[in-house]
Formats: sequence, C-alpha cells, structure tokens
Amino acid sequence: MIHLTIDDKPIEVQEGRSLLEACREHGIHIPTLCYHPALEPYGGCRLCVVEVIFPNGRSRIVASCVYPCEEGAVVKTNSEMVVRSRRMTAELILAGSYNTPEILALGEELGVKDVRFKLEEENACVLCGLCVRACDEIVGVNAISVIQRGIAKKVATPFQVTSSRCIGCGTCVLICPTGAFKFENVAGFQYVSPKESAYHLGYYRLGGELDLRPNFVQDIAGLMSTPEDEG
Amino acid sequence: MNHLQSVSEFQTWQKSMAAGWDETKPCLRVCDGTGCRALGSQKVLAALRDEIKNTKLDTQIEVVGTGCPGFCECGPLITVYPQRISYQKIRVQDVPDIVEKTLVKGQVLDRLLYTDPLTGEHIKLEPDLPFYQRQKRLVLDFNGRIDPTKLEDYAALGGYTALEKVLASMTPEQVIAEVKASGLRGRGGAGFSTGTKWQLCRNNVLKVGAGFIVCNADEGDPGAFMDRSVVEGNPHSVIEGMVIGAYAMGVHQGFVYIRAEYPLAVENLKLAIKQAETAGLLGKDILGSGFDFMLGVRLGAGAFVCGEETALMASIEGRIGEPRPRPPYPAEEGLWGKPTNINNVKSWASIPIVIRQGAEWYSAIGTEKSKGTMIFSVVGKINNTGLAEVPMGISLRQLIFDIGGGIPNGKAFKAAQIGGPSGGCLPAEHLDVPIDYESLTALGAIVGSGGLVVADEDTCMVDFARYFMNFTQEESCGKCVPCRIGTKAMLSTLERICAGKGQPGDVDYLLELASAVKSSSLCGLGQTAPNPVLTTIRYFRDEYEAHIFDKKCPAKVCKGLITYSIIPEKCNGCMVCLRNCTSNAISGAKRELHVIDDELCTRCGVCMNVCKFDAVEVN
Ligand SMILES: Cc1cc2nc3c(=O)[nH]c(=O)nc-3n(C[C@H](O)[C@H](O)[C@H](O)COP(=O)(O)O)c2cc1C
Ligand code: SF4
Ligand code: FES
Repeated sequence: MIHLTIDDKPIEVQEGRSLLEACREHGIHIPTLCYHPALEPYGGCRLCVVEVIFPNGRSRIVASCVYPCEEGAVVKTNSEMVVRSRRMTAELILAGSYNTPEILALGEELGVKDVRFKLEEENACVLCGLCVRACDEIVGVNAISVIQRGIAKKVATPFQVTSSRCIGCGTCVLICPTGAFKFENVAGFQYVSPKESAYHLGYYRLGGELDLRPNFVQDIAGLMSTPEDEG
Repeated sequence: MNHLQSVSEFQTWQKSMAAGWDETKPCLRVCDGTGCRALGSQKVLAALRDEIKNTKLDTQIEVVGTGCPGFCECGPLITVYPQRISYQKIRVQDVPDIVEKTLVKGQVLDRLLYTDPLTGEHIKLEPDLPFYQRQKRLVLDFNGRIDPTKLEDYAALGGYTALEKVLASMTPEQVIAEVKASGLRGRGGAGFSTGTKWQLCRNNVLKVGAGFIVCNADEGDPGAFMDRSVVEGNPHSVIEGMVIGAYAMGVHQGFVYIRAEYPLAVENLKLAIKQAETAGLLGKDILGSGFDFMLGVRLGAGAFVCGEETALMASIEGRIGEPRPRPPYPAEEGLWGKPTNINNVKSWASIPIVIRQGAEWYSAIGTEKSKGTMIFSVVGKINNTGLAEVPMGISLRQLIFDIGGGIPNGKAFKAAQIGGPSGGCLPAEHLDVPIDYESLTALGAIVGSGGLVVADEDTCMVDFARYFMNFTQEESCGKCVPCRIGTKAMLSTLERICAGKGQPGDVDYLLELASAVKSSSLCGLGQTAPNPVLTTIRYFRDEYEAHIFDKKCPAKVCKGLITYSIIPEKCNGCMVCLRNCTSNAISGAKRELHVIDDELCTRCGVCMNVCKFDAVEVN
C-alpha cells in the first residue's frame, strides 16, 4: 500500500493507482473530460490537475489522471493554483466550444465568468480523444485517429473518407462527452459521422445476417455507463 | 579498410593514421557544409579541383571539402594550409587568382581576407580571426579540418581512441563515474546531468535486460543549426559517443533521430555508420571485445514537437508524434516499453572528449555548476552569423560583441532571445550575465539547445514575441488544451496589439494565459512557449503599453501603427518610388511632389528603401 496526504487527509491506496483514482476512491471530486475508467488515461484536457507539493517545498501542477501515487506525496486538489488552472483551461475549452451545453455547464461549475477569446468556428469536439481510444482499446477496430496538429487537429478516418474498417458500432457516438458524433439511418444503413462533416466515418447495415450490432452496442453502452465516482 | 579485430589492431591502425596526418602539407580546406553549399561552395570546389589539375598542381596540393567551421556569415570559406590563410566569400571567379597567385606565387589576396569591421584591418590567418579567438572549440574542433566522409581523418586526430580506452581499460561503472565527474549536462534543453541520466538508465537496463539509446538530432528551433553542423561535419564523434554510452548502459541497439530536412547530415551520418561497421568500431563484437551495438537512423518529418523525447519515441515506434505524460520517464519506460536514454547530438559528441581528456580536464572548463562548452548558433541582427562554441560562463556580451562582431550598420543592441522559442529575451542591461544554466534561468531565459537570436534597436519587442509565439502555436501538437488553445489565444492577443487594436487589460490577460499555459500544459513545448512573451513583458513592458495605450510602435515596425509619408522638401519627383510601389499607392508626376495614399499603402516599405533622397519617412 502507498500512503499519501490529499487535502490534509492521510490516505492509503493500492500501488499503481493514479492520483485521480485515489481521489475518486476516497470520494474527492475532480473534474475530468478525457478520462474514462475503461480506457488508458490520456492527459489531454488538463481539467483533472492537482497540486503536488514536493519535500523541498516546491510545488507543481500535474494531471491527476496520469500521475502515479507516490509514497509520502502531499497533494492539494483545491488550492488557489489548481482552481485558477482549471478555470483558465475551461475558459480555453469554451473558446472553441462556446455553444456546447456540456462545456457551458463545465465553465459554470469551474467559475468561468467571461470567455475572453473565441475561435472563429464553434466545434463540439474538444479533442478529448475518448472516441479514438475507445475505437482502438474497446472495439479493437482502430478506424479513427486524430489528424493534423495544433489548432487544426481533428478526429477523422484516414484521408477523411468513409473507412472500410469502421463497423458502424457507434461506440464513438456513445462515449463522446459532448455529442460531437451522430447516428443517421438512411435506406437500411446506419451511418456514423462527426457532426459537421461532409463524410461518414463508416456505416452498418441494419437487419439481416450481418446485424451484429444490437448485442455489441448493448455491451458497449453497459461499459460506458460505469458510474463516474465509483466507491 | 580492414575489419579491426582487437584493440591492439586498432591502436596500430590509428597510430599510422595519426602519423600520416600532416597539417604542414599544402592543402586547401573548403567548407562544404549546408551553409556554404547554399552560397555556392560546391561550384567553388569543382572549379578549384579543375584549376589545380590544369596547372598540374594536383599531385602536390590536396583539396578537401570539410564540415562547417561555423563562420557561415563569410562563406564560402577556404583555408589555405599550411599557413592557414583564411579566404572568405569566395566566388568561382576568384579561383584562378587563388591558384595562380596564392598557391603558385605564395601571394596573399587581400581582397579575399576578412576585414575587421571595427579597425578596417585585413586579417590574414584563420587563428587570428576574432570570431575564433574567444571560442573554445572542443565539439567543433575537427569541423573545418577533417573530411567528414573519411573515417581515417577522424581517427588521425584521435578519433575512436576514447572508445579504445573504454573497451580496453574501463568498466561500465567507471565510464559512468567519469561522465558524472566531468559535470557534463544535457545540451538539448533541460541541462540534466548526463552521467546521472546514464546511471538511471543502466540500473533499469540491468533490471529488465534490455534497453535503447537515442541521439536526438531533431533540431527544430528556428535559426538553429549546430546539431546539423556537428552531424554533417563530424559524424563519427556522435557515433563514438553513442558506442561508449551503449557500453556504459549495457544496451545493444540505438537510433539517431534526425530530421529529413538535413539531407547532407543524413548522408554523411549513414556513410559514417557504414564505415564504422566495416572497421569493426560498430556492430557485432566491437574491436573483438564481445560487445555488440547496432545503430540505426530514423528520419523525422520536421515537427518541432518530435524533438520532445516522448514524442520522439512515439515517432520512432511509428506512432503519431505526440508527447505523453512523464512519469514514466524514458529511462524507466522508453522505446517499446524498455529503458531508453536520449541525449542531444552535442551531448553525445562531448563524450569522446570527456573520456579522452578525462573528467578532471573537462570539468576545469566552465563554471561551478555548468561545465565544458556550449555551441550557440548566433543569428539575427549580428555581424558574424554562425556557430560559436564557447566555454560555459562567458558573458553574453563577449559572445555577441567579441565573437559575433556586434550589431550591423552601427545600430544599437536591444535584446537577445536565448534558448530558442522556449527561451527568454534578455535586454542590454543583462549583457554581462554569464552564460550558464543557472544564471540564464534566473533571468527567465535558458541555455536550451543553444539558439541565440539578436535584436537591434529597429526591432519591435511585441512583434518579436509575436514571431516566437507564432512558431510555437503552429508547432503545438494539439493534444492538450492549454497549449493548443492557450498559445492561439496568446498569439491572437499579440496580433491584435501589433495591429493597433490592443485594449487595456491585454498585458494582464497575456500574463494570466502565460501562467496557465506554463503550469498546465502536458509537455515542455507548452510549458515553455510563453517564455518569450513573459520576458518581453518583464523587460519591455513600456513597448507593450505604447502599442496599447498610445497606439504607437516605438520601433516603427507594426504595420497597423505606422504610416509612410513623403517629405515635400526632400522629394524631387524622380518617380522611383511610384514605379516600385506594388499597390499603386503613390501618385505624382515627374518633377512634382509625390504623395502616398494611406488607404492603399500596405506598409511594405519599398518606397523608403528605393528613395535615394531619404524623402520617405515612417511615423
Ligand atoms: C518541444 C521540445 C522540443 C525539443 N527539441 C529538441 C531537439 O530538437 N533536440 C534535442 O536534443 N532536444 C530537444 N528537446 C529536449 C528533449 O526532450 C530531451 O530533453 C533532450 O533530447 C535530452 O538530451 P540531453 O540530456 O542531452 O539534453 C526538446 C524538448 C521539447 C519540449
Ligand atoms: S504542450 Fe503542446 S505540444 Fe505538448 S502535448 Fe500539449 S499540445 Fe502537445
Ligand atoms: S482527465 Fe486528466 S487530463 Fe483530462
């Protein structure tokens, strides 16, 4: 077991746990966007930051979802530094997703008063990467990935054309925290697409011999509904 | 070249190479690095070889293409041995004179010598050039002397004797102890102790029984080219350093990760690897020691972020070049999950020197905490653009004025961006800061990988910060929010200020953004991207305020804040400006006053450059 101090409380956790897991096990709320218990942590949204205070008195902001619990660590989950960092991060997410209800709610929760900078185009996709990881790690299909870099980055299939790999299971639709994907039923096919795109990621034929979807999607949906704060 | 089977065979061979090396023999050494090639060195080389053949001197005088000695400002460079006469800015037309007058008649051609901008004096010999005099050339020592495509040249000057020493007489622990004792710190950015890093990696390699080493030659900083020059001009020094490191850490496989935009460096490196393998200095059973080390080359596609070690490893593994959180550090879980040690080109190339000369000798150079030498690529508003290798602890002033030759056109020094786009911008009041890891960090800059961009009085510091922010914003991988959107928000704010649309509160907003992006970003790119903005605000806040409140750009650079106009008393209606204006913004008839239409003017400044009567002014 590892012993650490979180928000002045002594805490004991199993070795190998991340700070976020330790916090959740002990009922400490940490906001997250790119974390999902069924997936490898990513460290992209930076909402889960906490302050780690080192023995030499220095402290640093770390993303708790990817930071291991270290013996004797002293952690603050709600310090001034943490609150400021999360608030600015939320403001920056809002800069690109200013009409997305989930993100507006997040901004409110974290005390964002004013969004001082906005990108020209609103996009519900916050690039949390959950869909990409789910498609790879859960579905095992790896049909989508992120392309380009920086502000131009987006989730797409290779060459942004309908992928022959995509099985249309819709895991991405289900796991997306901001509803950036959609299902569309057209003429006996179910299409999966990013909302504002001109192409489909892939599709699935409804009914008939090839209809594997119902069970599969239920399984996935079950996985997705894992309660956020276990324990 | 024979395959050397043992240390003693190597010694015999190396001694014969050393004995055959004679810098008192007539020889023309022509820089054939990328910088001089761009200025035409290959044509000069070909012309020289032809001319020497025609005059039947080719049996007596050798012509050697070398790596870059660093004085790129004056290229193409030729050094005439044995005297070491230094000729500069050579064109093909100069070749007959060089052969006929200098080689045949022994005359020195004054017109091809370097002229000291301060004294106006011609300087004849290479060692007397002020550019070299203040330098301490260790890593760059062989650049300009050896032919980088010849293993024999490197060996003749003592190359691979450090490896020989290690294999013949040192245990891996002793090698690590020596590197630790030398005080060598990483030359790629963070300045972490190389010996300590090796020790951590070795411990983990022993635990899991496998590991890798990597040479980081990604070099993405704008204006930086020291790593390229080392790989191009002396590839064997990097290979030797890596074999020694592999032995010390107990690993058998390594990679050089180098950007594909460096074709000459890649070519010379690949050739050197083949040569070393053939000679038994790399590959299986190195010099009969039983130690194996394979070295491969991996090409990067030129993304700045791929120089960050975790992104670099992802790229080598064939994944998207995105950083991942640390810990685990590469020494714990690196390439394919195995312990991995990554060092910069200059760090690896310093290893043979440390081993050959000993830790004590090496650690006598530099300051208490920063040992040895650092190579800076000195660019921007400076007379002697090029590479300078200096002992740690030399002052910024010495680097810029004594070696760099000061600021061109009699302008005043204003600031230096030191440490690349992750570094900081230091003003004139800090010119006397000693260049070492701690002193620079204290002022908000870093040694980094050795980038140095000089700004003169005509540089607008807000625009300067905007330039670096533009770079990091474009190079952000986009994985994490603070960097992806935060750098964009910072850039947009800077652009707004430069366009004359700054608002009260902008500086505070920038500071707030900077602090969040620094503290909350995932990798070093985001964590350091705000530094140029932070330091320019720290040292030049008045310039930001002039832009925002007075709507003035004091350096008269920002297009949104300046207007061009023609001074009636000086204009004689020559029509030159009118003809050169690409926006048709100038009107006026011959011998009549010309007028600039402010609406149409794009502030390109061409009129000002072409006017012979200084009749165009900017406000
Ligand atoms: C955005 C970014 C770019 C980097 N680029 C380079 C580079 O081009 N070359 C390099 O040697 N190190 C680079 N680094 C530093 C490396 O991550 C790593 O620290 C270094 O290669 C370690 O070598 P050293 O210990 O010899 O300095 C970069 C770091 C960051 C964050
Ligand atoms: S800091 Fe920038 S470059 Fe680094 S992971 Fe985040 S977005 Fe990518
Ligand atoms: S939840 Fe940790 S960075 Fe997104």
